[in-house]
Amino acid sequence: MLDFLTNDLLQLSDSAVRFAIPLLLACLAGLYSERAGIFDIGLEGKMLVAAFAGGAFSAFAGMSVADGGWGMGGWAVWVGLGAAIFASIMLSMIHAFASITLRGNQLISGVAINFFAAGITVLVGQYWFKMGGQTPQLRGGQRFEPITLPFAEALRDVPVIGSIYYDLISGHNIIVYLGFLIVALTWWILFRTRFGLRMRAVGENPGAVDTAGISVVKLRYSALIITGILCGLAGAYLSLGTAAAGFGKDMTAGRGFIALAALIFAKWKPIPAMWATLLFGMLEAIGSKYQTLDLGIIVLPGQFMQALPYILTVVILAGFVGKAIPPKAGGEPYIKER
Amino acid sequence: MNKNLPKWVDLGLIPLLTLMLAFAVSGLVVLSIGQNPIEVVKVMIQGAFNPFGIGHTLYFTTNFIFTGLAVAVAFHARLFNIGGEGQAGLAGVGVALVMLSYDWPHWSIALIVGTVAAMAFGAAWAAIPAYLQAKRGSHIVITTIMFNLIAGALIGYLLVGPMQAEGSLPESAKFPSAASLPTMYDMLGWFGIGFDKYAPVNISFFLALIAAFLVWVLIWKTRLGYEMRAFGHSEKAAVYAGISPLKITMIAMLVSGALSGMMAVNTVQGEAERLLLGAVEGAGFIGIAVALMGRSHPVGVVLAAFLFGILTQGGAELQFTLGIPAQMITVIQALIIMFTGSLENMVRIPLEKIFLNAGKRGRA
Repeated sequence: MLDFLTNDLLQLSDSAVRFAIPLLLACLAGLYSERAGIFDIGLEGKMLVAAFAGGAFSAFAGMSVADGGWGMGGWAVWVGLGAAIFASIMLSMIHAFASITLRGNQLISGVAINFFAAGITVLVGQYWFKMGGQTPQLRGGQRFEPITLPFAEALRDVPVIGSIYYDLISGHNIIVYLGFLIVALTWWILFRTRFGLRMRAVGENPGAVDTAGISVVKLRYSALIITGILCGLAGAYLSLGTAAAGFGKDMTAGRGFIALAALIFAKWKPIPAMWATLLFGMLEAIGSKYQTLDLGIIVLPGQFMQALPYILTVVILAGFVGKAIPPKAGGEPYIKER
Repeated sequence: MNKNLPKWVDLGLIPLLTLMLAFAVSGLVVLSIGQNPIEVVKVMIQGAFNPFGIGHTLYFTTNFIFTGLAVAVAFHARLFNIGGEGQAGLAGVGVALVMLSYDWPHWSIALIVGTVAAMAFGAAWAAIPAYLQAKRGSHIVITTIMFNLIAGALIGYLLVGPMQAEGSLPESAKFPSAASLPTMYDMLGWFGIGFDKYAPVNISFFLALIAAFLVWVLIWKTRLGYEMRAFGHSEKAAVYAGISPLKITMIAMLVSGALSGMMAVNTVQGEAERLLLGAVEGAGFIGIAVALMGRSHPVGVVLAAFLFGILTQGGAELQFTLGIPAQMITVIQALIIMFTGSLENMVRIPLEKIFLNAGKRGRA
């Protein structure tokens, strides 16, 4: 039993964190958008494009000049990260233009963005690299390396706490730590700053915000820029910070939708968003470690674990376990009266 | 939609202009990957209409008519059914279950039984999101997305578990051959007309046209259709007129799910004759584009479905002839959805201004 706790549970928790991070970042991305009153079912597409841009540009930047690259060595991964964030912001701005400026249908815009991302990444990837839509394998300075936190080695042999610190808390890459930092930051922005207050207001009652002389359009665009940045980080994590070490076709594999589910699960709040994505990350970790799960009474197939986040979300949405109430003005274009 | 615009502008000019914008941007994408857009169009049209291509084009058209009608019916009641993918997937399971449960003696019986099963399973998969929307206020877009993903996991489980045929492939056993639906080749053969023998288009194509006609009757010629449109126009007014939101939401979504499901008659029963993994191949989502382009009218849906059939088959030819990944078509579809759906006001607002000014001058 003790062995299970120290080894299996620790290992599971560690991979749960790894699985949770892209979900967490995408979930927070959705939080800014939806809190500002813009539905975003295009998280998946933005993440995918970011993962591709990250993988592709990091590959170019890291390749030696002789091989046709830019020979940027250790800086390559940062070039990739920048490209990922930029690409994601671009898509987010298309969504903003369609939803805010043109007052178009936000759901349809999201669907289009997901489609566009699925197609363009393979199309351009094949054109650039001729590898069936993949990017080259990334090495060394082209990826985010794990960071060993101070004293992790020294404390490793301390029972329980030492191994938790060494195996679970230490040894992740920078985006993981950044992700948790952004949770705190989001909480602070949302509930302790003027911008956060206004953003929440614009998602509930844009008319009132407008009456107070604050630009609804500007607020919503700002929120969607943040959404773009966070989706960019989430995508960059997938191609630059995981064992995949590069971009693969459709590599987001529905994570944008799980993030959306987590957002509802968390009732559009940042701290619960962290717990929700950690829970969904744990489900994914269990699903990938055990093909089937023998609970003694029943044996659950792996696909059940895969579907569990979605099922839980439907249950939450149905309001049987606490009610999930979305921002009131979500999905409605704001028309300023003249 | 808008009183400022003549009907021909709303139903004809705007879709045409937005489509041309989408194609123009697609052309830029083609250029940016180092290909010649004119060459691409040539290859696509050739690929979609040559004697071997047309049978595939019509096969894809059939799928898109079903999923397009499904989205359109829901749109009329102002419900966005994004769950066609899951509904069609589950319908495939339904078709496979009945086909494998009994040795059906003749294709005509198999067609009826298969259609009923497809409709029932498709409708059932739409029923829960519909009920949750009507009764508990859960947003139908989110629940149908979740149901797509749950369906994916469920079908994945069935095809490596209970429904898997012998062997290691994730697919069901083959259906009895007597139940095999007549293909276009068979049907035209009855009249002595030749057609590509291996083309997948089958009797479901006519089923799709009949479905389109019945949807037209339902929406514009029945009391129920009137209630659906009234509900879609203004929920408050509809409730005041004694229309039950629960009833309309349920019926619209059940019809929508059944229509999505009927796609399985074409793909699972008509073509593959077994249940395969990924049998829907995004047709559920393309239905959204089809319904948008077709202005949710059955005639428009059939035309738009044909356009998307051409694109899909032409895209397959692109890969074959020019080595451009088939994802080119996904990009074009995305751009069509974007321009006809969410960016439509880019065209509509200037046009409204033009017609408003022209109207003023006419009166002066």
